[in-house]
Amino acid sequence: MSLKGKDILGMRDLTEEEIVDILDSADSFKEISEREIKKVPALRGRTIINLFLEPSTRTRTSFEIAGKRLSADVINISGSGSSLAKGETLMDTARNLEAMRPDILVLRHSGPGAPHMIAKLLKSSVINAGDGAHEHPSQALLDLLTIRQNKKELKGLKVAIVGDISHSRVARSNILAMNTLGMKVTVVGPPTMIPVEIEKLGVSVEYNLERAIRDVDVILMLRIQLERQESLLFSSLREYSNLYGLTSEKLKKAPSDVLIIHPGPVNRGVEISPDVMDGPHSLILDQVTNGVAVRMALMYLLLGANLETNN
Amino acid sequence: MPSTLLNSQEMNRAISRIAHEILEKNHGTENLVLVGIRTRGVYLAERLRDKIAAIESTTLEMGLLDITLYRDDVGQAAQKPILKKTEIPFSLSDKKIVLCDDVLFTGRTIRAAIDGIMDFGRPACVQLAVIIDRGHRELPIRPDFVGKNIPTSRDMMVKVKFKEVDGEDKVVVHEGAS
Repeated sequence: MSLKGKDILGMRDLTEEEIVDILDSADSFKEISEREIKKVPALRGRTIINLFLEPSTRTRTSFEIAGKRLSADVINISGSGSSLAKGETLMDTARNLEAMRPDILVLRHSGPGAPHMIAKLLKSSVINAGDGAHEHPSQALLDLLTIRQNKKELKGLKVAIVGDISHSRVARSNILAMNTLGMKVTVVGPPTMIPVEIEKLGVSVEYNLERAIRDVDVILMLRIQLERQESLLFSSLREYSNLYGLTSEKLKKAPSDVLIIHPGPVNRGVEISPDVMDGPHSLILDQVTNGVAVRMALMYLLLGANLETNN
Repeated sequence: MPSTLLNSQEMNRAISRIAHEILEKNHGTENLVLVGIRTRGVYLAERLRDKIAAIESTTLEMGLLDITLYRDDVGQAAQKPILKKTEIPFSLSDKKIVLCDDVLFTGRTIRAAIDGIMDFGRPACVQLAVIIDRGHRELPIRPDFVGKNIPTSRDMMVKVKFKEVDGEDKVVVHEGAS
């Protein structure tokens, strides 16, 4: 078993079989993080570079821990401390890093398509850790793993994705993956946050949160990007929160076994109320735990696939 | 055509004998645990646990070990084995471990398994039980309990079949495998 491509750029490129293989492997990798000695020698001697040119706590730490638990050497580079701050282009930075022979480059960049461009340039594997408002495949995979652990089968599940759909790479990656797996997605939010013609992606649209969650299995809440508050997507934070914030009152409309996930970081009291966030339906911290396992699986499967083609 | 080395009755007798030998060598079941190497080592471990339970009326703790991540040929194998779960829900520190596998060949699997076990604690000792020892060791590893020693040539394929996965209990050998 291995992945067909050399890179993980988006959920658009992965087949149903590959997604299931990744989730199955991640399920097995989870156990390593439960051990007292949380390390296996599988990627001993391999080098992984995390190039994070946008702020990140969870994802960067998760990739770093994943690499280290597989015994790879992991190097972290952030935008402000790198030569990019001196004016070097991303392509030159990538070429220079490749000259030091890393096996995987994990890239987070504000430009949609940046990892795709780099992947064409490099022999190393590239993992997209978020490119602008485009894709964030490892997040979608950890969301799916978290859902699968609680619902047995993914096929046929109904999912509501709530928030700023237009600017969300998490929404896009999840929509693509969930379509591939035969899940039914409804996007929910104010019209200003829902792209026109999104139905063409195979989702339905709902503007009323309480109506949207009536018969769903999963509610995926997106972070409201406070920095966009100026851009007239909504008139006030309070109005957004009143209409689209998930509170225990609104949650009463949803089935009693509904799952709530959120990619983090959470604006407590804005898109989700604190009691719901810490309540029994919330799997937010399980997602973080699963993130490490998913990224271990990706690194392991990628490096295996890579070597096979080089043999 | 594959020829049969052990039929189901012979295989069962060999496992019974190994169960007795384990108890004899360890003076009973104190601190004794079984760890089966996935996939077919697990069935040997299960059989041994049941036999030992019948003899001593104690059920030993049993762990399952997937050695995929400890292999020395990651990326070299033509087909990547699917990673399965390692399940060792107890500490291995100060335990006497009987590691179980179906066939002992180069010894590399056992090397990987020993590395894996060490990540779960510091056992008092590790012993090795196998159904077939076919020789051709590439590492200084020897079994403590053997169902049957069989001289083979390197390109033969020895296959231990278990009812649980293969529908029958049997050990077969294929000449000059593909």
